[in-house]
Amino acid sequence: MITTNEILETIDMISQQHLDIRTVTMGISLRDCGHPDVNTCCDKIYDKITKLAEKLVKTGEDIEREFGIPIVNKRVSVTPIAIACECCDTEDYTPFALALDRAAKEIGVNFIGGFSALVQKGFTVGDRRLIASIPEALAKTERVCSSVNVASTKAGINMDAVALMGRIIKRTAEMTNGQGCAKLVVFANAVEDNPFMAGAFHGVGEPECVINVGVSGPGVVHSALTKCKGQPFHVVAETIKKTAFRITRMGELVAHEASRRLGVPFGIVDLSLAPTPAVGDSVADILEEMGLESVGAPGTTAALALLNDAVKKGGVMASSNVGGLSGAFIPVSEDAGMIRAAESGKLTIEKLEAMTCVCSVGLDMIALPGDTTAETISAIIADESAIGMINQKTTAVRVIPVPGMKVGDRLDFGGLLGSAPIMAVNPASPRVFIDRGGRIPAPLNSLKN
Amino acid sequence: MKAIVTVIGKDTVGIIANVCSILAQNGVNVLDISQTVMREYFTMIMLVDTSGCKVDFSALSDILKKDGQDHGLDIRIQREDIFEAMHRI
Repeated sequence: MITTNEILETIDMISQQHLDIRTVTMGISLRDCGHPDVNTCCDKIYDKITKLAEKLVKTGEDIEREFGIPIVNKRVSVTPIAIACECCDTEDYTPFALALDRAAKEIGVNFIGGFSALVQKGFTVGDRRLIASIPEALAKTERVCSSVNVASTKAGINMDAVALMGRIIKRTAEMTNGQGCAKLVVFANAVEDNPFMAGAFHGVGEPECVINVGVSGPGVVHSALTKCKGQPFHVVAETIKKTAFRITRMGELVAHEASRRLGVPFGIVDLSLAPTPAVGDSVADILEEMGLESVGAPGTTAALALLNDAVKKGGVMASSNVGGLSGAFIPVSEDAGMIRAAESGKLTIEKLEAMTCVCSVGLDMIALPGDTTAETISAIIADESAIGMINQKTTAVRVIPVPGMKVGDRLDFGGLLGSAPIMAVNPASPRVFIDRGGRIPAPLNSLKN
Repeated sequence: MKAIVTVIGKDTVGIIANVCSILAQNGVNVLDISQTVMREYFTMIMLVDTSGCKVDFSALSDILKKDGQDHGLDIRIQREDIFEAMHRI
C-alpha cells in the first residue's frame, strides 16, 4: 500500500508545484495523402487527421480526470508537408496549412505541427515551395506550426537555407506583427518524434500513427532542490535524478494509457523540463536555486549542464522508450525567471547561446528589435546550427524580430507562449558572410578536442 | 478498479460521514481509511474500490469535487495507478 506521505507528496506536486503532462501528441503519417489536385490533396489531409485524431482530446481529458493529473495540451504532428504534398501541382502551399488548421479546429487541438521541410543537404521543388509559403501560411492560420531543418551532423549546414530562413522569419514577422514567428522553428539535427511544439513533425521513419508524450515539471525539481540548500553538487544531481524519475514514470503511465485507449502504438516519452510563464514553473528558478544570483550569471552553463544531464539519467530508467528532445528547455518568453533576468540585463543572447551547448534545444522564444536584419537572423541560425552540428545534438532557433519595437519593449503572446522582452543583438553586420551561400561541410567525427 | 480519495481542508464535524455517504450512494466500497490532522489541516486518505460504482469515474470525481467546494475542502479521487507508478518500481 502506498503511504500517506507518498500520496500527499504526489498531490502537492500536482496542486502546488505545477506538475503536469505537457503534451500528448499524436503523430500521423500523411504520406498517402498526396494528389496532383490541390483540393483533393487538402481533403485527404483533413479527412485523415480528423478520422485518426477524432478521440484524441476526449481521451486526454478522460485520462486527466481519472488520474487527477493535468494534461495541458493535446496536439497532432504530421509528415513534413513538403514531403507529403510534393506531388501536388501547385506553387502555393498555403492551402495545405489551411487544411491542417481546419482539421486542428475540428478535433480541438491547440497546435498542429508539420508545415515543415528538411533541407539540410539541399532543396527539392516541394521544399522551396513550402518555405516560400511559410509567411502567408502562418499569417492565415491560427494553430499551424512550421519548422525547417537546415543542418545536421551528417550533412553539414545548408547556408542557402540559413540565408533564406532569415528572410522568411523577417517576412513572417512583418505579416503577423511578430506573432507568427512563435510558430516557426529553424532546426539543426531535428528529431522525428518530438511531441513539443512548435517544432513537432512526424518523421519519415515513424509508423502510420503514434502517441508521443512530453512530461514537464520544473516546479517539482525546484521544490526538491529547496530541500538541499548548501549541499554539494552530487547531492543536487541525485535529487534531480530522483525527481525526474518520478515525473517520467507518470508520463510513461499516461502514454501507455493513451496508447491503449486510442488503439495507437506508444512511441516515446520526451523527458523535458518545459517551463510556463506561471510563477513556480521556471527552469531559471532551478538554476538560481543552485546558488546563482540570477540566471545568466557566470556558472549558468555549468548549472544547466548538470540539470540537463541529471534529468536524462533519472528519466531514462523510468520509461521503456525515451526520445524526442529530452532535456531542459530555455524559452525566454515562457519562463518568468528568464524574462526577469533578460529585462534586468543579466541574461544576454550570447549567454543563452552558450547555454544551448549543454541543453535542449536552442535560442527559443527570443524577441529581437524590429530593425534586426535578415542577415543577422541568418547568422544567429548559422551559429546555433554549428553548435548542433559539432556537438551532435538538436539545436533550434525561434526568434521574433518584432516590427516597430526596440530594446526595452515587451511583446505579449498570451497563454503558454508568455511575453518576451526585446533583447539586444550585436550590431556588427554578418552580411558578406551570409551572402556567400553554399554549404558548410559535415564535420569530422574523430579527433575531438 | 482501485482509487484513492483524498480530502484536505479545515477540520469540521462530519467530514468523514459526509464523504462516506456520497461514496455509499454511488456504490463505491471503502477498503481502507486513514486520517490525520497535519498543520491544522484535516487530511483523510481512503482506498476505495470503484468496480461497483453506479456513475462513471469522471462523474464521481465531479460530485466529490463539488461537495468539497461546498464545504471548503479539496476532495480528489484518482486511480491508484498514478501513485504506484510514481513511488514504486
